[in-house]
Order: sequence, then C-alpha cells, then structure tokens
Amino acid sequence: MPPDPEQVSAGVFAALADPTRRAILASLAEHGPSTATDLSGRLAITRQGVAKHLGLLADAGLVTSDAGSGRRVLYRHRSEPIKVAQSFLAALAADWDGSLGRLAAFLDGDPGR
Amino acid sequence: MPIPNTITRTLDLAHPQAKVWAALTTIEGITGWFGSQAEGRLAPGHDVRMRWEQYDNAEGTLEIKVVDPMAVFAYTWSINGAPQGDPRRTYVEFALEPTAAGTRLTVTESGFAQLPDEWLTPSYQGNVEGWRAELGELVAYLDAA
Repeated sequence: MPPDPEQVSAGVFAALADPTRRAILASLAEHGPSTATDLSGRLAITRQGVAKHLGLLADAGLVTSDAGSGRRVLYRHRSEPIKVAQSFLAALAADWDGSLGRLAAFLDGDPGR
Repeated sequence: MPIPNTITRTLDLAHPQAKVWAALTTIEGITGWFGSQAEGRLAPGHDVRMRWEQYDNAEGTLEIKVVDPMAVFAYTWSINGAPQGDPRRTYVEFALEPTAAGTRLTVTESGFAQLPDEWLTPSYQGNVEGWRAELGELVAYLDAA
C-alpha cells in the first residue's frame, strides 16, 4: 500500500522543525552521500547527536542509508517526501485571492493593484 | 492536515461576459491583472510563457487546454515551488456564466495532491496483479463449470 500523503507531509514538517536536522539535510543536499562522521565534522555536532537525528530523518523517509565500501555507511538525502509536502505548500501558496482581486480591479478600470 | 487537492473561488462580476472573457484569453487581458509579461498563443495545444515581476520575476508556462468561447478557459501549469523538471502540473479552469448583473466566474485549480510516480506505480501494479489473480480465478471457475 502506498504511504499516506498526509502522514508523509506531517513527518516532513516535524523533521524540518529542528535546526540540526535542517542542517544535516542541507549538508547532504550540498555535498552528496556522506557518512555520520563526515556530517559530524562538517556540522560540529557529536557523532552520537548526528546518529540520533539521522534515525529520525530516516523514519520520515528523508534519508536512506546504504553500506559503502568496507564499514562506511553512507547516508543520502531522499527527496520524495519533500515533493509531497511541496504539494501541500503549493496549495497554500496559490494566491487566487490576490490574482482575482487584481482581475476585478482590472475589469473596473482601476489601474491600481 | 489533508493535502487540499482543489481550490475553488467564485466571483460575481458586474461586467458583461465578453469583457471578462477578453481579460482571461487575450495577452493584453492577462498581462493587465495576472502576469506582468506573457507571450504565446492563447489557443488549445499552445504554450504561453508568463513572467511575474511581483513574485521575484518567477516564470511559468501555461499549456492551454480548453478555449470554449465565452464559457471555459483552462490550462495546466507546474506545481508552485517544485524543482525544475518536476512533471507534476495542476489544472486551472475559468468557467463563465451570465447573470442578471453581469458574469459569474468560477476558478478551479485542481491536482495539488498528486503523488510522485514512485508511489503511483506500486499502487497501479498492485491493481494489475490483483486483477490478474481475480480473472485467473474467474477463468478457472468457468472452466470447471
């Protein structure tokens, strides 16, 4: 069964509410797949702290991990849940009230906005 | 927190249908209230490129779907905020009806709650597999009769 979009969006917003988790995601987006040690060094957070946040991000489907060469576990950013949350935000950002207000003003011959 | 799939607004305008129709379906009209610049043909199957100065010069392409004179104008455009190349688009329809005072305009934008293909595919595949099994059972039942 496909995941419930509502639950996915809620998971994304909860995950992004924390500044450390935002920094981890931004770092993965910028630098590509990284180990917990890479992230810990880049963000000046303890490795345990990074591991805890990576676990929460994985629960929200925002990161996946796979074993790289040897014992290195690579974490990568996963964008699908973000796209679902984006649908939610797009509906909120659709400014039809603003546009239709301008349409009514345009039809009335009012040059103002 | 359900993802709203559809946005609907109804406007009662004290203007004749022809004037409202022109505001929606001519370049001069849509640049008067909607985008700051537009180019292209407002005809089904054509694209109109628009730019919005008030939104940081955002650009978008309307794929015109329906131009049913004086009645329905519809297009699709990409999901607001989605990265370049995201295939999802919403469908926007403007429907006009005459009223005693002028024109009733109903705007509907739908398709916000689209799922990425990665999720649609397993769900579709699930149904395909389900039907294959069900129809196999039906055939077996009929053969046995």
